[in-house]
Amino acid sequence: MFNRTAIAPLEYTRKLWMRSWVGLTMLFLYAPLIVLMIFSFNDSKRNVVWKGFTLKYYEKALNNDSLVEAMVNSLTIAFLATIISLVIGALAAVMLWRFRFPFKGLVEGTMSLPIIVPEICLGVAFLIFFAKIDWPTDLPWPLNLSAITIAHITFCFPFVAMVVRARLASFNKEEEEAAKDLGATEWQAFRDVLLPHIKPSLVAGALLAFTLSLDDFVITFFTSGPDTITFPVKVYSMVRFSVTPEVNAASTILIVLTVALTFIALKYQGLKGISDAH
Amino acid sequence: MSGPMQDWKSQKKPFAAVATAPVFWLALFFIAPMTIVWLYSFGQNAGPADIDISGTLDNYKRATEWLYLSIFLKSLAVAALTTLICLIIGFPVAMAITFAAPKWRPWLLLGIMLPFWTNLLIRTYALMALMGTNGYMNKGLGGLWEGASWLRTLVGMQPLEAWTPVQLLYNNFAVVLGLVYVHLPFMVLPLYSALDRLDKSLIEASLDLGAGHFKTFMQVVVPLAAPGIVAGVMITLIPALGAYLTPDLMGGTDSQMIANVIERQFKRANDWPFGAALSFLLIYAMFILIALQSMRSNKVKEAR
Repeated sequence: MFNRTAIAPLEYTRKLWMRSWVGLTMLFLYAPLIVLMIFSFNDSKRNVVWKGFTLKYYEKALNNDSLVEAMVNSLTIAFLATIISLVIGALAAVMLWRFRFPFKGLVEGTMSLPIIVPEICLGVAFLIFFAKIDWPTDLPWPLNLSAITIAHITFCFPFVAMVVRARLASFNKEEEEAAKDLGATEWQAFRDVLLPHIKPSLVAGALLAFTLSLDDFVITFFTSGPDTITFPVKVYSMVRFSVTPEVNAASTILIVLTVALTFIALKYQGLKGISDAH
Repeated sequence: MSGPMQDWKSQKKPFAAVATAPVFWLALFFIAPMTIVWLYSFGQNAGPADIDISGTLDNYKRATEWLYLSIFLKSLAVAALTTLICLIIGFPVAMAITFAAPKWRPWLLLGIMLPFWTNLLIRTYALMALMGTNGYMNKGLGGLWEGASWLRTLVGMQPLEAWTPVQLLYNNFAVVLGLVYVHLPFMVLPLYSALDRLDKSLIEASLDLGAGHFKTFMQVVVPLAAPGIVAGVMITLIPALGAYLTPDLMGGTDSQMIANVIERQFKRANDWPFGAALSFLLIYAMFILIALQSMRSNKVKEAR
């Protein structure tokens, strides 16, 4: 305590007001989530006073068929959208990184548009589009999720392309040429040289696409039908019409899933990777 | 990057292999839907499920009526206020992360990023639960009120009336708070990445030469962090302007934003052509914001 070094001019973080500012910001960001998680175990319908520990709302949430169905739908869509976005995004990144072609600027600009265009506009566009081309809505599961999945891929793959392209910038093209000189075909060089190099960015891109898809409410809201409810759409209608502690329980499950995914990402990139990536 | 780019003509097969899927997807599932919306914005309802694209400008004319124009302006004001509050809260946080001890830095960043990865709907719902009339925010305010009341009795004044819970939700205040809550990480991350690249010896030099912390901050840190500030402002302002969920769930009848008006045209009001026109006006507004930003950054580049 007495041996503390004096605060150097640039050690802003050691100043009390700065620390309280960061502390209060973190409180602002986390208090709602933590309160929600704690009260998901509360044995009371009204989430005000702590009445004792219970798991009954988890039981209720897991026995609520429409909620579970919504969760399964969300995870299925996120899974499919991630796989396809990964392929299209990686191809797009390689295309933009490797080739010179006419209207390249136009293609590049258009590809960044799904990121910029407001969600509501994209949602509306898909609503009109699927209505106009009479996209079948009575397909069996999981094909009935195709409209939502297509919409999700459209806004996910540009993010994947962005992440992969950043990684490609550090690729040494001579490695690929060496492989070809040694007799590798175009495909073999891609598979054995380029692909291992971009692998970390594929993991990062996949996690990004998965969370974006799982998180999306607005675009799904416009493309989902009565039989294709996703988790956010379900929670929306529950919050809108009747708040039940089941939502707290289901939300807690999803928060835990998100945190777990984030830590998997960290394992791949390392904690230092976070500060280096920005 | 090493080695020049290849011309697509010399490598037609590999080019086709990588280009087909992305270009096809973009054309079919992005450009085509957007084009249909654009065409619809020049159409009119010609039956219950029939839209006649007649080239009329009536939808755009209607969008300039004061009712819609005022909602547009209000959305812009709400988004701008949200961005400003995020900047004021976020700048010291980004500074704190930049100057934190190296072992703390990734954890602080993670602390900012984790809510950003959490489902938007869950976050909005959690905030709403906290702000309800029985929520903790009201209890906290009630505690402060009672404290003030007690202080008054100490100095011999009449105590205040008993605390009645206030309606924190379903008004404009709730919308701005909700938007700040959701968008704060968007602001902090670009600010941090700009501040992190900043040459710290410049700040030291300014302090050594006698400028105070505030003067150094305004005249050295802020100008050098300008690209990060602009990026943070854009990345906050654009989604906030098109926000749908927060005003829908947390706002009252008078706090609807442009996205809520668009949604209504497609669901309850069932006026798709008008909704399409409003969507494209929102997209044009985004383009103007982005154009302003790139004009500014070009100017900065020329000046250097």
